[in-house]
Amino acid sequence: MNPAALKADLHRLEQNGLLIVNSDAFEARDLEKAGYDHNPLHDGSLDTYRLVEIPMTSLTQKATEPLGVKARDAERSKNFFALGLVSWLYSRPVEPTISWIESRFKDLIKESNLAAFKAGFNFGETSELFDHPYEVKPAELTPGEYTNISGNVALAWGLVAAGQLAKLPVFLGSYPITPASDILHELSKHKNFGVRTLQAEDEIAAAGMALGAAFAGHLGVTTTSGPGVALKSEATSLAVSLELPFLLVDIQRGGPSTGLPTKTEAADLNIAMYGRHGEAPLPIVAAYSPANCFDAAIEAARIALKYRTPVILLSDGYLANGSEPWCLPDPATLPDISVPFTTEKNHVNPDGTEEFWPYLRDPETLARPWAIPGTPGLMHRVGGIEKEDGRGDISYTPDNHSKMVHLRAEKVARIANDIPPATITGDADADVVLLGWGSTWAAIDAAVQRTRRAGTKVAWIHLTHLNPLPANLGELLRSFRHVLVPELNMGQLCRIVRAEYLVDAKPVTKVQGLPFTSAELEAAIQETLS
Amino acid sequence: MSDVIVPITQKKDWMSDQEVRWCPGCGDYGILQAVQFLMPELGVAPENTVFISGIGCSSRFPYYMNTYGMHSIHGRAPAIATGVAVARPDLDVWVVTGDGDALSIGGNHLIHALRRNVNLTILLFNNRIYGLTKGQYSPTSEEGKVTKSTPMGSIDHPFNPLAVALGAEASFVARTHDLDRKHMMSVFKAAHDHKGASFVEIYQNCNVFNDAAFDEVTGKHHRAERMIDLVHGQPIRFGAEGQHGVVMGTDGQLRIVDVAEVGEDALLVHDAHRADPGLAFALARLSHDDHSPTPFGIFRSIDRPDYGGQVAAQVMQAGEKKGPGNLASLLRSNGTWTVG
Ligand code: SF4
Repeated sequence: MNPAALKADLHRLEQNGLLIVNSDAFEARDLEKAGYDHNPLHDGSLDTYRLVEIPMTSLTQKATEPLGVKARDAERSKNFFALGLVSWLYSRPVEPTISWIESRFKDLIKESNLAAFKAGFNFGETSELFDHPYEVKPAELTPGEYTNISGNVALAWGLVAAGQLAKLPVFLGSYPITPASDILHELSKHKNFGVRTLQAEDEIAAAGMALGAAFAGHLGVTTTSGPGVALKSEATSLAVSLELPFLLVDIQRGGPSTGLPTKTEAADLNIAMYGRHGEAPLPIVAAYSPANCFDAAIEAARIALKYRTPVILLSDGYLANGSEPWCLPDPATLPDISVPFTTEKNHVNPDGTEEFWPYLRDPETLARPWAIPGTPGLMHRVGGIEKEDGRGDISYTPDNHSKMVHLRAEKVARIANDIPPATITGDADADVVLLGWGSTWAAIDAAVQRTRRAGTKVAWIHLTHLNPLPANLGELLRSFRHVLVPELNMGQLCRIVRAEYLVDAKPVTKVQGLPFTSAELEAAIQETLS
Repeated sequence: MSDVIVPITQKKDWMSDQEVRWCPGCGDYGILQAVQFLMPELGVAPENTVFISGIGCSSRFPYYMNTYGMHSIHGRAPAIATGVAVARPDLDVWVVTGDGDALSIGGNHLIHALRRNVNLTILLFNNRIYGLTKGQYSPTSEEGKVTKSTPMGSIDHPFNPLAVALGAEASFVARTHDLDRKHMMSVFKAAHDHKGASFVEIYQNCNVFNDAAFDEVTGKHHRAERMIDLVHGQPIRFGAEGQHGVVMGTDGQLRIVDVAEVGEDALLVHDAHRADPGLAFALARLSHDDHSPTPFGIFRSIDRPDYGGQVAAQVMQAGEKKGPGNLASLLRSNGTWTVG
């Protein structure tokens, strides 16, 4: 670390943690630039950490000097010295890094970086500044075939899979936006699955095209991030009214407006829940890890198709660009999510003549029939104007509108019976439960494990369905004295569960464009219990 | 393909059971009649036909057609119809829109559907006013127009719908008017038969909020002198006796002349198939007001690959090159390792 980095990031280090500084970088001028009026290495302020001072700049200069590298240029290789040192500290194999350096750099810069890297590694081994190297045991993985997957690729593959499982062509209408564009790029590569991708003139058109494709019998999808969700609100509201399957994927980023386009945040739950005009509820699914984006995409498509409704799938920048090892599922075990198109008339008039009624619902799911153009005898018109229940003709009747508003809400509410119940991880008899959703999963997981290892009981519920919520959630939450809701927003889910269940849930919020650290959540748990 | 069955239908097969609710005397009735009379002539089936509209008086059109249809969102019909046409190149997709719908709130979608050459037949009912919202000026209203939202007269320079379409390099561009069913039917048929995006402007009278907007051109007493009928391959001439014509001056400007003065050979010969849209653009802008000679008919009709066809071709090519999609291999495509 140099003084500036020390100042910015020291708060992230736990007490008694290992602090390695580049002592060459703590000259008076460096200190002044970073805003220190004295040297923190010498004032005792770092006594609670295990401070290791290494003159990395001069050591790198010495290591590269024999190659003919000038002192000034050696500066640029010192990060590789640090990387070599850390590689030794954590007992990492050096070969992958060496071959990466060899492929990435050329000539003298390559040689200089290699020399610095090796010097750093050797310094760790010989200097005795550290008690011992750490060994990070390979993660315990269940047996199986693995690949490394990022959230956006997993999501794109999930959409491809959803098309296969639904036996429908996938149609993506999309407009480039960070951090969602990679889904468009990835899907564009898989036309051999019958996937059609269309880069639209704007976010609005992208949603409209997907909705048009859905009307025509495709799995219509549109992908975007924050500002794009606002622009797609109009088409999504129409999809609520048309009752057609439609997937809106939101890779959340810091907002409002352009906000922090490359940083993560999960502050679009409110717009997903409420960001439409009129009474327009729709189901919301949220992915919790990069690999889970695959399953979440299939689940969102399943709900959209079965209930003929728009569904919002939430991911975020952290999941989108983060990656993890993924134990590949056997495609044969994936669910069949296909739904039949309606091909026959469905209503008999008193005089015996038959008609097609586009809003005659399935009594159980309340889904309306999906009859696509090309089907003889079932020609019908749909539109944004309120429709008569059953027959589907335009209707301005007060009672009918009330009935349709209630039917559309009831259709979404009933999905609660068709999603997995919420489950508790950890101690069901704990005093405190963490209620999480989305990408906070990894940090909560680590915080819960560490808290329990330290002897404190804690429970955790992680939601994958945010609307409707699992049917048993209220009962579960009420069985705990404290409910903590960690979210990368100002407490959006927290307000929903407070309103829904009248439980005294407390928010744990963070809006820095960064994910939670497990230490932050551990501290929140301890604070609640103390 | 000699055994393709051409569906035999009658006008009534294309009429829905919905009561038509435009104001009595509205020009929309005539356009609906023309379309319903035309459909049996096209040799297509109602179940393979889709009408998509936006919002506005004209956009009620789909409700009256016994086809698949969607009354969608203000301005968005070209985008939604693009989704339908690209997903299903087997369908006949029509867009019904108005001057506010297509050129104001939906201007972006219109020009992009045209430049992509999506296989759509777009009928723009131009009445130069907002009818549904009861009489505000529209993007085609003339400067100085006094309406509820412009009590001191509009200061907006209007769009010329054909110039917009030609600027977007639409592959088929035509104009007709609501008083001539035969002319409408022939233009609509050509637009329908054209592969790619067809754009038809229809002068439509809104007798409630902008009555007689086109009377000085299409009215019975003015037609002969003010309507110029464009016929591909023919010299452009008009007038009761064909006494007027259009020439191109040495400055590149189109001018109206007396044929007797310049001689027939000097007249411009209409070429709808010219690759360059420049001449069609000049014709579209021949009249700058609502009482000068105005061309009607097909301004431009050129061959260009249609978008949905090209998308389908890429899907087919990908299938041929990579084989049909296999999920198990896709999941392994970035390399795998086994934990034992
Ligand atoms: S307001 Fe004008 S355009 Fe609308 S239906 Fe009435 S006459 Fe026709």
